[in-house]
Amino acid sequence: MTTTAQDQSQKIRSVLVPAEQRPAPAGAVSASLTYGWRALLKIKHIPEQLFDVTVFPIMMTVMFTYIFGGAIAGSVDGYVQWLIPGIFVQTMIMITMYTGLTLNRDISKGVFDRFRSLPTWRPAQLVGALLGDQIRYVLAGTIILIVGFVMGFRPEGGLTGVVMAFVLLLLFSFSLSWVWTVISLLVRTEQAAMGISMFIMMPLTFASNIFVDPETMPSWLQGAVEVNPVSVVVTAIRELMAGMGDFGSVTLVLVYCAVLIGVFGPVSMYFYNRKS
Amino acid sequence: MSVPAIETRGLVKRFGNTAAVDGIDLHIPQGGIYGVLGPNGAGKTTAIRMLATLLRPDAGEAHVLGHDVFTEPKTIREKIALTGQFASLDEDLTGIENLMLLGKLLGYSTRDAKSRGVTLLEAFGLTDAAGRQVKKYSGGMRRRLDIAGSLIVTPQLMFLDEPTTGIDPRSRNQVWDIIRTLVAGGTTILLTTQHLEEADQLADRIAVIDTGKVIAEGTPGQLKAQVGTGALKVRVADPARREEAAEILSRTLMTEVIRESDSAALTVRLEDESRAASALIALQDSALAVETFALGQPSLDEVFLALTGHKTAHEADQGDAPAAQEEAA
Repeated sequence: MTTTAQDQSQKIRSVLVPAEQRPAPAGAVSASLTYGWRALLKIKHIPEQLFDVTVFPIMMTVMFTYIFGGAIAGSVDGYVQWLIPGIFVQTMIMITMYTGLTLNRDISKGVFDRFRSLPTWRPAQLVGALLGDQIRYVLAGTIILIVGFVMGFRPEGGLTGVVMAFVLLLLFSFSLSWVWTVISLLVRTEQAAMGISMFIMMPLTFASNIFVDPETMPSWLQGAVEVNPVSVVVTAIRELMAGMGDFGSVTLVLVYCAVLIGVFGPVSMYFYNRKS
Repeated sequence: MSVPAIETRGLVKRFGNTAAVDGIDLHIPQGGIYGVLGPNGAGKTTAIRMLATLLRPDAGEAHVLGHDVFTEPKTIREKIALTGQFASLDEDLTGIENLMLLGKLLGYSTRDAKSRGVTLLEAFGLTDAAGRQVKKYSGGMRRRLDIAGSLIVTPQLMFLDEPTTGIDPRSRNQVWDIIRTLVAGGTTILLTTQHLEEADQLADRIAVIDTGKVIAEGTPGQLKAQVGTGALKVRVADPARREEAAEILSRTLMTEVIRESDSAALTVRLEDESRAASALIALQDSALAVETFALGQPSLDEVFLALTGHKTAHEADQGDAPAAQEEAA
């Protein structure tokens, strides 16, 4: 027993790295990517967490198209061309909510104490988590588009238009995630985060041009729908997918993204640094 | 070795109306092990979190290795490592993935992080568990991996928050050996514990903390001199004769005898352990059958009783509280 203890001590002493041999800590980009890698490892170990990005999008697309299609546009066929881009945005945005929920659970664990004690750029811990989520968004988006295609969606913009729309939506999802990040840092429980997120999500997605043309709405609501970031995104995505990409609407989306990150990013970090 | 490892003055942290840390002054030189002893909710974890730059103090000053926690947190983070009360590991990932993650963040390339991880796992006897998720590790294995994670680059100062809470005695001895090894390698260690025995075994100096304040500070020898070197625990076979035994003990040892809630048990704080033998003889002379007659270290409760006059009653409503539940579970 004593000899093994001595062996172990010796072994441990022999693997200590002298201070002057240590590398410089990872930079901001490399640290963010490393935290993103952690998110991927988690998907590998807990594949069940992909349930919401696989089954949920199929359900949403099929359900909304067939339930509202006839009522709103008279026929499902005509509605599909218009609705699929909207559903694409809505489903993706709803999935971003889970980012906040996962983070809320994750941050309360001991490992985040260790991350925060490391000499790396602190936002990397959140940026990395959001980057890892991009994989989930890509998966969800691909499924929606495939289901849409099966249901008769034929985007005029072709592959180029769809890919450009996809990239734009991923960027918007990343930007919007910072809103949920703030909420998840502010509230104590996952349930509370869920409640508040839904409270924001419902008007954001329904008071928009996803399902119906805003012209059918009362004028006061039209004003709100027009500035709703979701409407702005849906418009840009519809145009891109229809092959009528408009520089103005894309720029507007980018401005919204910049504002979301510019406001909610620093606010997130403020609360993250003070999280006890 | 000119700058102290830790220097604080009037350190305060409040949560709502309660002060978790209520004006702590510490002066800890570099080298060796410094023990912070206190019950659940005394403010140990909160103090460590402030020193490891995880929490901003509400008042006071703190310097870690000569750097201000308010203005130079990043420099401090380059020199310290933290092993939290609950393993600071990602339970969903495997052992090697955890070490690779930390290695990459500390600046190693993927390949170097992996080889560093493999080396550390080998040294800590965890090679067989390298590919297993940490949630399937035993408490002792988790602790060892946790400490290995703190040694990817050797820290100048290492915080160990209750490193042996919730692990079996054999693993505890292993962890103690590891801690001693690290100190011999030149790292300063600040360790918190709820057990006097642990602080006594490891620490060069101890601060006793209660309700956010340092109530005693000194070498283990000085503290024990204040508290009495040991505790004599006696359990009589017949509870009806306890009073009789208490009188004999009190007469032969000339000190106060504590009547425990167990109706057959007595505890005596001893100034001088060598006199225990004469007490045993005195009990035998009176034909008093004794079930237990044991000399031991005073428990944390007894230390507190001696230092403060009150027991460690506050299973606090603060951050430390879940530990008690986990231990009970």
